[in-house]
Amino acid sequence: MKTLLPPEFKIIRDEAKCIKCQVCVRQCGFEVHTYDEEEDVVLSNNAKCVACSRCVKFCPTSALNVIKNPLSYRENTNWRQEVIHDIIKQAETGGVILTGMGNDKPYPIYWDHLVLNASQVTNPPIDPLREPMELRTYLGSKPDQLVIKGKHVKTKIPPQVPIETPILFSAMSYGSISLNAQLALARAASEFGTLWNTGEGGLHKELYKYGSTTIVQVASGRFGVHPDYLYAARVLEIKIGQGAKPGIGGHLPGEKVSSPVSRTRMIPKGTDALSPAPHHDIYSIEDLAQLVYALKEATNYQKPVCVKIAAVHNSAAIASGIARAGADIIALDGLRGGTGAAPKIIRDNVGIPIELAIASVDTRLRQEGIRNRVSLIAAGGFRSSADVIKAIALGADAVYIATAALVAMGCHLCQKCYTGICNWGIATQDPYLSKRLNPDLATQRLINLLRGWSLEIKEMLGGMGINAIESLRGNRLHLRAVGLTQAEMDVLGVRQAGA
Amino acid sequence: MNRVFKLNNPYNDDKVISACSIFGMIDQSGRCFSGECVTTAIANMQVRSNGLGGGFAVYGLYPEHADHYAFHIMFLDKKAQEETANFLTENFLLTHAEKIPTRKTAGIVDPPIIWRYFLKVNSKPRIELEGLSEDDYVVAKVMEINTKIDGAFVFSSGKNMGVFKGVGYPEDISHYFRLDEYKGYLWTAHGRFPTNTQGWWGGAHPFSILDWTVVHNGEISSYGINQRYLEMFGYRCTMQTDTEVMAYAVDLLMRKHGLPIEIVADIFAAPLWSELEHMEKTEKDLRIKLRQIYSSLLINGPFTVIIAHQGEMIGLTDRIRLRPLTAGVKGDMLYLSSEEAAIRLICPDLEKAWIPRGGEPIVGRLYQKEKKELSHRKKERG
Ligand code: SF4
Ligand code: SF4
Repeated sequence: MKTLLPPEFKIIRDEAKCIKCQVCVRQCGFEVHTYDEEEDVVLSNNAKCVACSRCVKFCPTSALNVIKNPLSYRENTNWRQEVIHDIIKQAETGGVILTGMGNDKPYPIYWDHLVLNASQVTNPPIDPLREPMELRTYLGSKPDQLVIKGKHVKTKIPPQVPIETPILFSAMSYGSISLNAQLALARAASEFGTLWNTGEGGLHKELYKYGSTTIVQVASGRFGVHPDYLYAARVLEIKIGQGAKPGIGGHLPGEKVSSPVSRTRMIPKGTDALSPAPHHDIYSIEDLAQLVYALKEATNYQKPVCVKIAAVHNSAAIASGIARAGADIIALDGLRGGTGAAPKIIRDNVGIPIELAIASVDTRLRQEGIRNRVSLIAAGGFRSSADVIKAIALGADAVYIATAALVAMGCHLCQKCYTGICNWGIATQDPYLSKRLNPDLATQRLINLLRGWSLEIKEMLGGMGINAIESLRGNRLHLRAVGLTQAEMDVLGVRQAGA
Repeated sequence: MNRVFKLNNPYNDDKVISACSIFGMIDQSGRCFSGECVTTAIANMQVRSNGLGGGFAVYGLYPEHADHYAFHIMFLDKKAQEETANFLTENFLLTHAEKIPTRKTAGIVDPPIIWRYFLKVNSKPRIELEGLSEDDYVVAKVMEINTKIDGAFVFSSGKNMGVFKGVGYPEDISHYFRLDEYKGYLWTAHGRFPTNTQGWWGGAHPFSILDWTVVHNGEISSYGINQRYLEMFGYRCTMQTDTEVMAYAVDLLMRKHGLPIEIVADIFAAPLWSELEHMEKTEKDLRIKLRQIYSSLLINGPFTVIIAHQGEMIGLTDRIRLRPLTAGVKGDMLYLSSEEAAIRLICPDLEKAWIPRGGEPIVGRLYQKEKKELSHRKKERG
């Protein structure tokens, strides 16, 4: 069938600058650029370009640029170009449209409607360059009270895991991303004193040495789950749902299941790895409690168990159930959370913004007097240290980042992770592509990002007259709203700016 | 809603902001002395207040009623007083009630009606059935009056102690309440500088619940989370002041969780993580656990506080000491003050004066109490 889809992007090549070195030919895994020897000219097939920017950034003479195809249809607010193209795609394939990364639709981003406080006159700001500023956070369940005899604490405290900055790397499985990418995440987390997360693809044997900074996932497909995997980890995470695709399972296409991936996941090479939508042993909250305690028994109550859910309409009630089911940590993944592959219709329409979910869950757990029992990790599209600090003020203990970490490593958000071709060597198992990601450099870039954000968090904290992150956690008086409705402010538990 | 809350925070700010002078002195041998010295000392720091609030707490005040809860209550009108009197007779055994004697004082305008009531809890078996202690019962009743009876406000509710406070400079308040005629072994005092123009009598310090009193100088930047944490334990921070949060936190940790003041100081003004690195293992473990569990009660931002209860007075600053505190000793007497000059004014021959480190509690205790506690601790260990 002849396709009616026009190219989405257009390659602009400055012929005067092009030296025909063919770097772009080699760099583009989508085979957009070809070299015609007879004519001695580099040609481009616009239709295949996904705008990943790889060729643009690697062209030694800056001869290349990629722009949006300026194709015009008649203006129509309802029938936008994207809508028309999606229908054409489905008419040609009869399938579900897949995509990668997080929701890109213009839902309100509440972070941009929340502003922070600073001290003036009545209380002094603190200068983080001269005064200590503490970001350490302990993840884990806390009792309401300590019984102390002399210098000894008699209360038994469940396992607590320290992180030196309230930022962790969120779940990205081996299979969805390359081993080099995981290696960089693991190393950066270890060096910075935070944690990274295996996702649901098991733990490659080369990464066991980073176990003490690893969160291992137990997801509905149970890929790669075995005793040593659990023993190696610092934290265990039961994955119920994911912000990018609440209510549905996962699908790693057989092409990405190379032999090391197959060994790590414990599935035959080349077969599709399908995670069911539910855990088939969890159809209710009491089933969840059983799995929580099965994992705790298996690891001798030495490791906190986290339960990760997508932020949905009844998150507050669900979170309260999870806390009562014995979880030590709850991870909430919001509407803008990323993914290696998801049906576009789900990614763009299901779930609620993380800002609202953090606020309503924190409030509910406090109303029920059980907030101390769990730590709260928020995930889903955190772009900067400002988003992080606002999440903490709303009530999160810490924040998971994934997309931002990928961008730090080179990702340009082309949303093609599900294809197995990633020109930046991240979301691919093709050795030719994945060796592009130098783990040493990627590690350094991740550490730099954590460092930069942490420094900024310290500056903002100091400005508020606070020198320890826990004094901001859930302290919504340091937030004010601009341009929100009363209903939104009520859910967020913040006041109008100026009021 | 009781209209006193509106008076307290008329513009509905996040909380009421104020700065202050504070002073405290305890004779650890238990000898009682009048309010003259403490008034002279606090008056010497007049620039730290602005005439919109002054107050005092006195311990060992009512020896003849030592086993009674002494309620000091302010009323905005007669109706509030009648309603409260009925409430008290319904819920307590009321032994004695009287207007608190006052003097005409130049700086004092428009005072509310202020009375004191000596009460006993008479429904003990019923309370115990509900698993409440007498103290819990009294706290609940105080909260009930303060939130439900419009125009009434209990500002002192302990045994053998009392709070006197109002709008004015502290020395005027002292003159007004005739504090030179009372005696106690422990006095604390406060002069206030609120950023609001409107001053309300109940908004002055000390803030108190049972026999705990707090005078405080500072603005806590962790207020929002301290308050939300305490709400989980049933406290309602209706006064919207830092001092109230401090008082409830002390009540929770010391009275309900039974922690000694040294531990509470390590919660309010937790040592830095880097300081723990140099500690011996048991000390370090204890501090780490305290911070893990009670991090929401870390009091962040500038503060100096003098906390007192029967037989004990504690001075504490925030961990990086953003507000002043000086301590002084002469014989059995321990002094705590915002400024050293105020101490030297009433005790020119101090044996020792020093500035405590940030977060280090300075504790003065009746010797009697100290002895009792030591033997109690020995028993626990044995
Ligand atoms: S897909 Fe990427 S590398 Fe290929 S042409 Fe487009 S921008 Fe260049
Ligand atoms: S990870 Fe790779 S494929 Fe996925 S969006 Fe980023 S650059 Fe594109």
